[in-house]
Amino acid sequence: MLRVRRVMGAETEFGLSQPGNPRANPMRDSARVVDAYAGPRGLKSSQNFWDFATESPLADARGFFMNIADADSSQLTHIPQDDVEAQYLANVVTENGARYYVDHAHPEYSSPEVLTPRDIVTFDRAGDLVALESVRTLEKSAEPVNLYKNNTDSKGASYGTHENYLVDRSTDFDDIVAGLVPFFVTRQILCGSGRVGIGREGEGKGFQISSRADFFEAEVGLETTLRRPIVNTRDEPHADPAKYRRLHVIIGDATLAEPATFVRFGSTSLVLGLIEAGLAPQIELADALQALWDVSHDLDLRAPLALSDGTTTTALEIQEAFYSACLEHADAEDAETAEVLAEWRRFLDGLSTDPTTLADSIDWVAKWVLLESYRSREGIDWDHPKLALIDVQYHDVRPEKGLFHKLERAGRIRRMTTDAEVEAAVVNAPDGTRAFLRSVAVSRLGEDLVAASWDSLVVNAGALGVVRLPMHEPLKGTRELLADRVEGIETAEGLLKALGVDRLSSKND
Amino acid sequence: MSSQEQVQRDKSSGGGDAPVDPPEAVQGQINTQNVDSILDEIDGVLESNAEEFVKNFVQKGGQ
Repeated sequence: MLRVRRVMGAETEFGLSQPGNPRANPMRDSARVVDAYAGPRGLKSSQNFWDFATESPLADARGFFMNIADADSSQLTHIPQDDVEAQYLANVVTENGARYYVDHAHPEYSSPEVLTPRDIVTFDRAGDLVALESVRTLEKSAEPVNLYKNNTDSKGASYGTHENYLVDRSTDFDDIVAGLVPFFVTRQILCGSGRVGIGREGEGKGFQISSRADFFEAEVGLETTLRRPIVNTRDEPHADPAKYRRLHVIIGDATLAEPATFVRFGSTSLVLGLIEAGLAPQIELADALQALWDVSHDLDLRAPLALSDGTTTTALEIQEAFYSACLEHADAEDAETAEVLAEWRRFLDGLSTDPTTLADSIDWVAKWVLLESYRSREGIDWDHPKLALIDVQYHDVRPEKGLFHKLERAGRIRRMTTDAEVEAAVVNAPDGTRAFLRSVAVSRLGEDLVAASWDSLVVNAGALGVVRLPMHEPLKGTRELLADRVEGIETAEGLLKALGVDRLSSKND
Repeated sequence: MSSQEQVQRDKSSGGGDAPVDPPEAVQGQINTQNVDSILDEIDGVLESNAEEFVKNFVQKGGQ
């Protein structure tokens, strides 16, 4: 029986601009953004804080593998690098267990691992508050920076909003590709963010469903910045590689409307469950990339998509097939799963009758209705700069400027979280994953925490030396397992004791 | 698909917990009546020089 529960995360690269200074160095500004958040909160920010080392697990102590840190001192101390831009590689682990850092020329918030679509909504949105706090701090500086949770400047550049899902390693990757391609090509109708302009540089006039579709050029591949593929093959499990694959999804848009984020992750998790169980609908598009672009450019949702068997279908029909298969095999008693199916159903019903009824739930529809209203009131065409401005400003993270925030606060977009829940998620880890242990280390160990990553902590435990704690099991190190045990802990030595680690020797037994 | 437009009418009268009444619209067109009041508010917060803003919103590619 399919259930929606799965280890997953959301990764947002924010667009950034320094008002009045388009030539500002985006790497420098990205680092300023990250540091502006970290500094006032006393969080460490340096290129060396993220633990990039490859660990070899040696022993298992309640879900943690333990060894003495490899003697690569460059991982442990700050070594100035010659590359002038290397100084901008800020890396922060935030109090909730997320990573906030400079990725290429953008600040990125990677949420802590969560287990449920509702938690994804909350912890992704917590990242928007993190970004907002950066903006607020920099407002007081001589060079303020604004952040946009979007995916393109419509001048040829795109930056990603990635999703990651832990999947069963035993599932054949070919089956993952075959199942996901038709799903991802059409998923945009549920959770596209909309975009003014057609083509990478917006050379065509009009509006399209997805912000990212025009930037994809391959069906399957390893790259994420060039020849972007519909299914990305990066295999970085950040967990026990014998058990897990961490599927890295690069095709999504940055969603702001909470119901759209909810359905984006919820439907994908269920479809992955179908694929793992060998139950995915067998749908083979004749030309997946062409279909991806055609779906994005067709606001009527009627574009015929050619199948390999010579027939045609539509985005809605493909989505219906995936929905029906999930419904048939889902555990109806599971409330989280039922909620995802209900929202997915509501989206499909609205899209198949009148998409504008979903202006309260899906970003592309909300944006389209807003733009079309503005356009008809002003009597302007799609290439008018005011519409391009609305397209960008929809994604401004500041509540007083961001048009999404204006719509939401006016009650025109549905909300699933409360302000209090999102604020709590900025400083507390989600339930059910190792993000809790990371969060405890960042929030309480101070200088004793040398480095951290998704699957490790490096701590300086006084007499015990510098110790790396690999965390290869995402479902351990959780609040449920450890909260009592680590209560009141404020040193690395205390943490190691609390975790029951009492045998540290060079033999690594 | 056009045969489903009847269904849409049923839905808009039983809109559940939707915070606002969904706009009535014909496929392919948008009834703008419902958003007019928000447009005035948005006018007040839009960056003042749209052309300049859009020209300056230049990003480097990312992932």
